[in-house]
Amino acid sequence: MLRYILRRILANSVNLIAISILAFWLVAISGDPLASLRLNPKIPKSTIELRIHQLHLDKGLAERYWIWLHGVIHGDFGISTSLNQPVGASFTSHFVVTLRMIIGATVLAIIVAVVTGVVAALRRGKVTDRAITFSNFVFLAVPTFVLALFLKLYVAGPINQHLGSPGNPLIPVSLDQNPTATGGFFQRLPDYASHMILPTITLTLVTYASWSLYQRSQVLEALDMDHVRLAKSKGLSSRRVLTHHVLRNALIPVVTVVALDFAGLLGGAIITENVFSWNGLGSWFINGVNAQDVNLTLAYVMVTALFVVMFNLLADVMYAVLDPRIKYD
Amino acid sequence: MTEQFHEPGPGDPKYQRPGHTLDDPEFARLDVPLDEVDGTVEEHDPERYAEEGRGELRATGANEAVKSRGQWNQAFRRFAHDKTAMAGLILFVLLAGTALVNVLLNPGGYTVSYSNAYLVPPSWQHPFGTTLIGIDLFQACMRGLIVDLQVAFIVAGVSTIIGIGVGATAGFFGGKIDAALMQFVNLILMVPTLVVLIVLSNTLKSSSNTTVVLALLVAALSWTYMSRLVRAEFLSLRKRDFIEAARAIGASRRRIIFRHMLPNAMGPIAVNTTLTMAGAVLLESTLSFLGLGIQPPDVSLGRLLFDGQSYATIDWWVFAFPAGILLALILSIFVVGDGLQAAVDPRKSRNRK
Amino acid sequence: MTDATTTADLNGTTAEGPLLAFDNLTVTFTSDGATVYAIRGVTFSIAREEVVGLVGESGSGKSVTSLAAMGLLAKNATVGGSVKVLGREVVGLKEKDLSKIRGTDVAMIFQDPLTALNPVYTVGWQIIEALQAHRDFNDEQAKAEAIRLLTLAGIPRPEDRLSSYPHEFSGGMRQRVVIAIAMANQPQIILADEPTTALDVTVQAQVMRTLQLALEETKSSLLLITHDLGVIAGIADRVLVMYAGRIVESGTAEDIFYQPAMPYTHGLLGSIPSVDSDDGGKLAQVPGNPPVLTDAVVGCPFAPRCPMRQAVCLESEPSLQPVSDTHSSACHFASEVITLPIGQMFAVDDEVTP
Repeated sequence: MLRYILRRILANSVNLIAISILAFWLVAISGDPLASLRLNPKIPKSTIELRIHQLHLDKGLAERYWIWLHGVIHGDFGISTSLNQPVGASFTSHFVVTLRMIIGATVLAIIVAVVTGVVAALRRGKVTDRAITFSNFVFLAVPTFVLALFLKLYVAGPINQHLGSPGNPLIPVSLDQNPTATGGFFQRLPDYASHMILPTITLTLVTYASWSLYQRSQVLEALDMDHVRLAKSKGLSSRRVLTHHVLRNALIPVVTVVALDFAGLLGGAIITENVFSWNGLGSWFINGVNAQDVNLTLAYVMVTALFVVMFNLLADVMYAVLDPRIKYD
Repeated sequence: MTEQFHEPGPGDPKYQRPGHTLDDPEFARLDVPLDEVDGTVEEHDPERYAEEGRGELRATGANEAVKSRGQWNQAFRRFAHDKTAMAGLILFVLLAGTALVNVLLNPGGYTVSYSNAYLVPPSWQHPFGTTLIGIDLFQACMRGLIVDLQVAFIVAGVSTIIGIGVGATAGFFGGKIDAALMQFVNLILMVPTLVVLIVLSNTLKSSSNTTVVLALLVAALSWTYMSRLVRAEFLSLRKRDFIEAARAIGASRRRIIFRHMLPNAMGPIAVNTTLTMAGAVLLESTLSFLGLGIQPPDVSLGRLLFDGQSYATIDWWVFAFPAGILLALILSIFVVGDGLQAAVDPRKSRNRK
Repeated sequence: MTDATTTADLNGTTAEGPLLAFDNLTVTFTSDGATVYAIRGVTFSIAREEVVGLVGESGSGKSVTSLAAMGLLAKNATVGGSVKVLGREVVGLKEKDLSKIRGTDVAMIFQDPLTALNPVYTVGWQIIEALQAHRDFNDEQAKAEAIRLLTLAGIPRPEDRLSSYPHEFSGGMRQRVVIAIAMANQPQIILADEPTTALDVTVQAQVMRTLQLALEETKSSLLLITHDLGVIAGIADRVLVMYAGRIVESGTAEDIFYQPAMPYTHGLLGSIPSVDSDDGGKLAQVPGNPPVLTDAVVGCPFAPRCPMRQAVCLESEPSLQPVSDTHSSACHFASEVITLPIGQMFAVDDEVTP
């Protein structure tokens, strides 16, 4: 198993390098970090020339890549042209904000997905199943931003109007915290929590649906399996057959699906951050792209790819741990 | 054979991952009910059929070679009887039809600005109301629909062709070719599609035909799921009796692929294509909602929502109609896709009654 | 050690008679509007320490029979008639009560041990689970008993194998594990549904031997379901031949093997490869396929494939009539058929028919 992990890490490192090359090329050709400077008539040419030299833009693409890669290996992702500070400096704070949004939503989505999926499968064909499956479909089809907007404008909006006071909404729709709030972490906790309500609900709803459908199909498959019949023929109670022989088998694949869906979560977070004005990694990224900030954009892409790779590996490892038939060596 | 792509066996997770259809945020939520890769025993065991009450006894391998007319007819009939699927199809046709008719009658309607009718609520003159700059929202929505349909079909076509090509090659030849191709697929899947689109959004904005460029970009990133699906199908088909038989009588490789393997994979391919379409629409609308996709003066449903979000609490129609149509479009494609899945393989249908 | 709610007395026989009794069992499946009449009236019984072979092709309904006795049919099955296990009616019994009988009064051995065993639990765990479901064993006792069962089933180094997973066994070994599980609670009736079909021929004999040992150990009766007459030979006291959802012939092993009274049985016997056959080893086949039972049967269901069919065969379905004390046959011409030598009824086919 260890050998397998190491080999995967090696293969993925190669992939990551390849991605970095591709990404570098794409980002380089798609934006000019000095565009805004150039447009400003007040900036003298000499300043621009200086900037060009500082950002190595006067060198060839390959050389620029090399310089960048060299920096990355040492943990330096370069200077963010839009924020005028090292990329790494602003990364962590934004990352933590995004994390706050994602973690809660993921946990909630898993719980909802497993419960609805199992219930729907066990009550197959009945009203409960149809209702669950129908809502799964709807939440699957709904674009994240539509749901987010809807909740923000037509659910939170009226609630806040009628039940809250201006400046102190019951369900905040903007930012991840009240900018004027003071105090330590625990004192601010209710503030954090209330701001988390809408984004978490949004992300949960758009994420759980596919997991729930998958869980349902897994349970249905498990119910059909021969070993369930053997378990019943042993004289085990229905409850025990369900928990130990149906669910135990049906819950395994979902675990890996969740891990693999991480990339989707990250993307969903981008939108949710946008609608609710959170200063998370997604906004950090989009602002960077809009400002033609090469280093920042690249950093985001590479971090994303790294996370995708990590979670893919995690999925495989978890699957091997949970299913004794899987052997990696 | 690298262990990443070990021969799929029962319960192999790689071929049962719905979230992996397309990895960007909206795609990731699409469920591709990929079939088991093996599983031939069931089909030849009439006792199993008896248990489920299906009276048909499948023929032996020789007759499976090309899907008989009868089987396709059956699939069509099953689809036609599926009320939800038919409803979805009708909805889709209605939406597409209205949009197309509108294009014929009033192709530039979305560019006309009514100077005395800014943000007017729905009325006889403007059934969906007007936008901030006085554009008839109905016209704008129709234009948005056209854009989305264009994207959907271009992506569907291009990514399906590439996906089948790559998947069939990998699945049929196996070995090093397979490993190399799958490594390439893995590479593409490392970065979520939405992220790539955002990165390239500046270039997108400045291109002459944003719709087509966007569609091609999305297609270039979406074929991966189709290729995995086709590969899985081909890998399992390779071992089936009738393929061995065809080989034994010396059928050419081309013949085997096109006459024997591809028709058998058509069902799942069709299903995956519809899902790809839905995903493409989701991607385009998301990108446009971020302000990074379709640019004015052109219009898309996502863009309309981007423009209107700040005053949609009061001027509700600016949200309701574009969002509603977008939802209807995507939902109808989904429902049709699920209906196709049920028609093609009723035992694996998600909505088995 | 048996559950007190069964009606078995201390001797193992019931006051009311046979251990397992089918009385006009009918099973119908409905799905997507289609109906399949899988079993159309089956009546037989199994007595104490008897081995009964149930033979038939795929689609004859033989597996469904055993599933009906365990109450394990799919939800879309409609069961009519009666099945009595140790004198107690099983048809229509609630799950709760069924689970009291399963494993203790009647146990089952399934066809494919790879899918029948749960892949995520060790073999030991699965045996212990069966034991602790019905008996008051603590973990230590259960473990010891599991080792004993595995030893009986002929599995080497059972203490080590307890912690092995099903996929780590070979096919034959796996099936022995399934037999061990079936034996675990000393059932009075064992239903073996095609226990050797999924195994290599060389392994089949070993597994059958294990099955016999199990019977000696538990003193159970056995209903052995198979399509392979060779498996039955030597172990069965009585043989029932099933076709199209009904029993078409029943008798002792001698009756069936040496004096079949139904053309279908002739066909089955004629297709057994024999070491001392003199025509160079060609096998006689029964041409055609068994009927698909979606409609009501008119006439003898075997008629389309029967070389002896007459007009009456197409009009009325023969019922099971006694030919001797022990032997019954459902054929209008049973008395003639019984006189015919075996292996000559069906022509040996020179061509391969698809």
